[in-house]
Amino acid sequence: MTDAALIWSYLASKPLLWLTATLVAYWAGDAIFRAARRSPFANPVMLAVVFLAVLLTATGTPYQSYFEGAQFVHFMLGPATVCLAIPLHTNLPKVRRALVPILVALGAGSFTAVASALAIAKLLGADAVLMATLAPKSATAPVAIGISESLGGQPTLTAVLVLLTGMIGAIFVTPMLNALGLRDWRARGFATGVAAHGIGTARAFQVHDTAGAFASIGMGLNAVLTAFLAPLVLHLFL
Amino acid sequence: MVPALAIILAFQLAGEVISRAAHLPLPGPVLGMLGMVAALMLSPRLKELVRPTAQGLLNHLSLLFVPAGVGVVAHLPTLAAHGAALAVSLVVSTLLAIVVGALAFTWAARLIGSEPDD
Repeated sequence: MTDAALIWSYLASKPLLWLTATLVAYWAGDAIFRAARRSPFANPVMLAVVFLAVLLTATGTPYQSYFEGAQFVHFMLGPATVCLAIPLHTNLPKVRRALVPILVALGAGSFTAVASALAIAKLLGADAVLMATLAPKSATAPVAIGISESLGGQPTLTAVLVLLTGMIGAIFVTPMLNALGLRDWRARGFATGVAAHGIGTARAFQVHDTAGAFASIGMGLNAVLTAFLAPLVLHLFL
Repeated sequence: MVPALAIILAFQLAGEVISRAAHLPLPGPVLGMLGMVAALMLSPRLKELVRPTAQGLLNHLSLLFVPAGVGVVAHLPTLAAHGAALAVSLVVSTLLAIVVGALAFTWAARLIGSEPDD
């Protein structure tokens, strides 16, 4: 074997290479996102996923080998979910002041997100596994991945659908709600957080601070509600 | 940072144990989050202790989605077979959920006379 082949076989069997590649790919994606003045079309996660997917395909690396390295980043999703308690706690006074609209919008938005996605997918011929994979897509990624696992879906595909959901929400929310003439920033932000989780929340903060705060409340509450709602609604469609 | 990380992991661990022991639909980390909210309401000191580490982690939340997202390479056949169904479902359901949620919020706020903060 040549030196290059020896080095490659070492790197391919250790977590270091793909852990580094994950961080570098995200760094590059984030740099492009900033250069594009935070356009929702240049989502840094989506860019990083594309870079890494191309790299894995080009080097013939199976996802399992990649994940040996990337699992250290993936693991932090759990602790990060626990940390969402901090902004949620900070926003509790806002929640108390608008408790009724929040609960009404949470129920309506969360149910619409799950039920309409499953109804359309079923009409267009999705099977049971795909339905379970799709059901939690409006919840924030760590939670959606957990729900997908427990429903018998494909968690890694759920992660991709969650990303796409967030991007769709972030791209369309402002022109759409402007066209509808909705001016209450609390309503706009909260609905965005419920339907389009963290990516929608980041977008809401760019547009208006109140919208951002209510979006993080919506994201946090919907993470909890989707865990209850997704299995029930999925059951109705199977 | 070590105490903060230990506390955060302990809440997640407790959440996982309770979720499994009681067969709850809530994933362990979500239970951990709810437990943490309850604990923060009881102890303001806990918040000061945990906040810097939590903030650091949340600032880079999107990075944490990348490994799972790369899993798309293992699902290209599924995406090719169901691409249109998934695309229509994602776009329509997301936009519909935002509109329904925002209208429901506005309607309920008007009903109880809850004014916007600004």
